[in-house]
Amino acid sequence: MKKSKFGTIYLIVIFIVLYLPIFYLLTFSFNAGATMNHFTGFSLVHFQELFSDTRLLIILLQTFLLAFLSALIATAVGVCGTLWISYSKKKLTKNALLAANNVLLVSPDVIIGASFLILFTVAGNLLQGFGLGFVTVLLSHVAFSVPIVVLMVLPQLKKMNESLVFAAQDLGANNWQALTHVILPYLTPGIIAGYFMAFTYSLDDFAVTFFVTGGGFTTLSVEIYSRARQGVSLEVNALSTLVFIFALILVAGYYLISKDDASAKSVRKKRGVSR
Amino acid sequence: MHKMRSLFAVPYALWLLLFVFAPVVLILGYSFMDINGHFTLANYQAFFSSSNYLLLTLNSFWYALLITASTLLLGYPAAYFLTRLKHRDFWLLLVILPTWISLLLKAYAFIGIFGIHGGVNQFLNLFGIPAKQILFTNFSFVFVSAYIELPFMIMPIYNSLVEIDQSLVFASYDLGANKRQTFTKVIWPLSLSGVNSGIQAIFIPSLSLFMLTRLIGGNRVITLGTAIEEHFLITQNWGMGATIGVVLIIVMLLVMSLTRERKGDGSR
Repeated sequence: MKKSKFGTIYLIVIFIVLYLPIFYLLTFSFNAGATMNHFTGFSLVHFQELFSDTRLLIILLQTFLLAFLSALIATAVGVCGTLWISYSKKKLTKNALLAANNVLLVSPDVIIGASFLILFTVAGNLLQGFGLGFVTVLLSHVAFSVPIVVLMVLPQLKKMNESLVFAAQDLGANNWQALTHVILPYLTPGIIAGYFMAFTYSLDDFAVTFFVTGGGFTTLSVEIYSRARQGVSLEVNALSTLVFIFALILVAGYYLISKDDASAKSVRKKRGVSR
Repeated sequence: MHKMRSLFAVPYALWLLLFVFAPVVLILGYSFMDINGHFTLANYQAFFSSSNYLLLTLNSFWYALLITASTLLLGYPAAYFLTRLKHRDFWLLLVILPTWISLLLKAYAFIGIFGIHGGVNQFLNLFGIPAKQILFTNFSFVFVSAYIELPFMIMPIYNSLVEIDQSLVFASYDLGANKRQTFTKVIWPLSLSGVNSGIQAIFIPSLSLFMLTRLIGGNRVITLGTAIEEHFLITQNWGMGATIGVVLIIVMLLVMSLTRERKGDGSR
C-alpha cells in the first residue's frame, strides 16, 4: 500500500515534468505581451499574426504536401521491397536485404543528412539542372521512410498463408491478378500503418531536411529552427498550440481505434471459448 | 509469385543502391579527401593527433552517457509504476503524446523557461535567489536532451515489463524471495531487453543532436553531431566532416554491439 502511494507520487512528478514545459509554451501563446516571461493579459493577437502570416502558411502547406508525397512514394517502394525480400529463396539474400534495409533506420540524422548532401552534390555535378531544393528534400524523405514501411508491411506478409496465392492461381488468376486481388488487399492494414509512419517521419524530420534543403525550399521544422535561433516570437507559441491540438486529436483517435481493436479481439476470444 | 520477384526488385534495389550503398561509400570516400578532392590521410591524422577533436569525442560521449543514465534512472521506475496502474494503456499514451510535438518546439519552450528572466529564474527569485545564467550552459543541454528523450526510455521498458508473466513474480515470492531479490533476480533480468533498446534509442541520437547544442547549449561545438554540421554547412570542410562522421558511425556500431539483444529473448 505504502509502495503504491510512492509510485503514484513519483508518476505525478514525472507527468508534471513532462507536461509543464509544453503548457508553459502553450500558455504564452495567449499572452498579450511579446515575451515568454511575463503574462500581461489574455489575447489572441498572436494567433491573428499566425493566420495572416502567408509565408508561414505556405510553408505549412508545403510541409504537408511533402509528407503526403514522400509517404506515398515510400509506401510504393517499400511494398515492392517487402515482396522482394519475402519472396527471396536464399536465406542469405533475405538476411542481407533486411540488414541493408535497417541501415538508414539506425543511422543518426546528421550522418544521413551529410551523406545525402554529398550524394546530391555529386549528382548535381553530373546532371545539369539538378540542385538542392524541393526534389532533393522529397528524395531524402522517401529514402529514410522506405525502411519503416518495409518493417510495417513485412509482419503482415509473414502472417499470410501462401496457399491463398496458390488457390488464386489454381482458379486461373495470373500473377498480376493474384497480386492485386489477393496479396495487396491482405496487406492493406500493414500498408496503411506504413504510410502513416512514413507521413509522421516526414513531418517530424528536421536534421536531414536541414542538410539537403539548400535554402530554396523550407519545411516547418526548418522554419521553426531559424526563428528559434533569432529568439522568442510568440507566433511560434501560437503555432505550437495548434500543433499540440492536432497531436491530441490524432492520439485520441489512435486510442479509440486501438481500444476498439482490443475489444474486438476480446469478443473474438470469447466467441472462441464459447464454441 | 516468385517469377514476379525481379519486377518488385527494381524500385527497391534502386533505392538500396542510391540511398544506402552510395551514401556509405561517399562518406567513407570523402573522409579520405582533402578540400581539393585529392586522396589524403590527413583528416584522420588531424583527428587523432588533435587534442581538440579527441576531447570533443570524449565530451560528446560523456554527455550522451549522462543523458542516457539520467533517462534510465528516471524512466525505469516510471515505467514500472505505470504497469501497475489501472488504465495503463491510457497513461502510456500520455507519456507518448509529448513525442508527437516537434523537439524543436520543446527546445524552444526551454529558451523561455531557462531564460535570464524566464520561468525558473522568476521562481528562484521568490526565494531571494538571484537570477542565474541557465540557458546556454552544458547543464541546460543535458537537461533538455534528457527531457526530450525520456519517453523513448519509458516506452521500451514499459513494453518489456508488461510482457513479464506475473506468475513468475508470485513464484519468486512463494520461494521466499523478498522484494529486492525478486526485483534483481526476476524483474530486472526479464526487462533487460527493454532497457537495452531504450539505451540504443537514446545514446546514439544524443551524440548527434546538433540542433539542441545550437539552440540550448549556447551555439558551441560540444558534440560530434554539432562538429559534423559545422564542417558540412559552415566551414565547408567536407573531408573533415566525413571523417568525424565515420568516427560517429564506429561509435554507433560499438554501442549497438554492446546492447544487442541476445538470441533467445529476441522474440519480438
